[in-house]
Amino acid sequence: MRANLAHLSDEALVALVERGEEVALGELYDRFGRTAYGLSFRMLRNESLAEDAVQEAFLMVWRSAARFVPERAKASTWLLTIVHRRAVDVVRREERRRTEPLGPATDAASAEGSAEDVAWLRLRRERVQDALRQLPDEQREAIELAYYGGFTQSELADRLGQPLGTIKSRMFAGLGRLRELLVDVQPEEQPWSPRESTS
Amino acid sequence: MEPEGIHELTAAYALAALDERETQAYEAHLRHCSRCRDDLVALREAATSLAYAAPATSPPAALRGRILEQARAERSNVVSLPRRLRDRRTRILAAATAVAAAAAVALGIWAAVLHSDLDSTRSAHARDAQALALLAEPGTDHVPLTGASGMLAVASSGKAVLLLSAIAMAPSDRTYEAWVIKGKQAQPAGLFQGGANRVVPLTRPVPDGATVGVTIERKGGAPQPTSAPIVSAKLSNL
Repeated sequence: MRANLAHLSDEALVALVERGEEVALGELYDRFGRTAYGLSFRMLRNESLAEDAVQEAFLMVWRSAARFVPERAKASTWLLTIVHRRAVDVVRREERRRTEPLGPATDAASAEGSAEDVAWLRLRRERVQDALRQLPDEQREAIELAYYGGFTQSELADRLGQPLGTIKSRMFAGLGRLRELLVDVQPEEQPWSPRESTS
Repeated sequence: MEPEGIHELTAAYALAALDERETQAYEAHLRHCSRCRDDLVALREAATSLAYAAPATSPPAALRGRILEQARAERSNVVSLPRRLRDRRTRILAAATAVAAAAAVALGIWAAVLHSDLDSTRSAHARDAQALALLAEPGTDHVPLTGASGMLAVASSGKAVLLLSAIAMAPSDRTYEAWVIKGKQAQPAGLFQGGANRVVPLTRPVPDGATVGVTIERKGGAPQPTSAPIVSAKLSNL
């Protein structure tokens, strides 16, 4: 059976994954695998570490889909948070990677995938990068080093030579501002609709 | 005792910028602070948008297949897997161990935020950590379950852990009871209440050729099973 799941919401897919539907996991991978891998690769700078992190994260999704509560997060946020946490764990374990500079966020030429997917992802990426550019430098720096670099707030305070309180404030103000900026440019996401009863 | 300004840690938590101790303190705070829970929903979404800002890099084409293959290997619910499993005593890569441990971490995050279940999550972690360590031992076998999704991990010493990815909570006056069954003899091997992603260390070793079964019994457990097992896993004879 090869069901076409393209019309289902992300949340409906997670509900199917909870019931052990492998095709739904495949569809989630098709929707978020590239983003997950792009994030992991940016953080880990190593193909096999990035692959492992993505694989482990999707298997966590497979096993813990029952824990997803739609009222508290979008499915995409839930899934990508799992990917991020996994990559943070690895980047902290692999201490040596964290002394390397983060590098500019340029597109790798190797991006593949359907033209539509690529275009959509690029649009989304540009929106977020655009919003990031509008943050004061020190807020953007704190957020990027924390999120992509896996630094804790105390490590950031050391690295940037600032009091911990300053780092906390920069992250809080920066993330709050980022949210406002993104809400402005993304007026209406598809509203979440109740789970389909698939029978 | 909570440090002042703990509300302000919501952004750092959403960015995963807290160390382990700070994470625990913050999660404990979340439990009784609805303001922070609401803030976290919004800030976590903002933090996650950074995932989309990372440069596009295509994953290797084989990754999708590997993930699905591993997912298939972990699911062994007979209802959705009509084919007879060819080899019940499957050896899964050591990667399964990392996955199990990482799953516990992920559950911690979500159980904490979504179910305000912090204390029980944490004490469960301490217990699970020991059980999960067993999975890492070389020579540990992973046997798929019949009747529920999950697996039985048996170390070469016979020490065993049941991993159940989802089993309904037992009613409050009932309990699940695990058994080690060899021939016609069943010996009790531990009680548990069910739920998602249960890690159940068995209280007695599992010899080769034995079956591990799970029945529902009255609260407190029974000396002998009162019904056929609803979940089982059989070890092959070596």
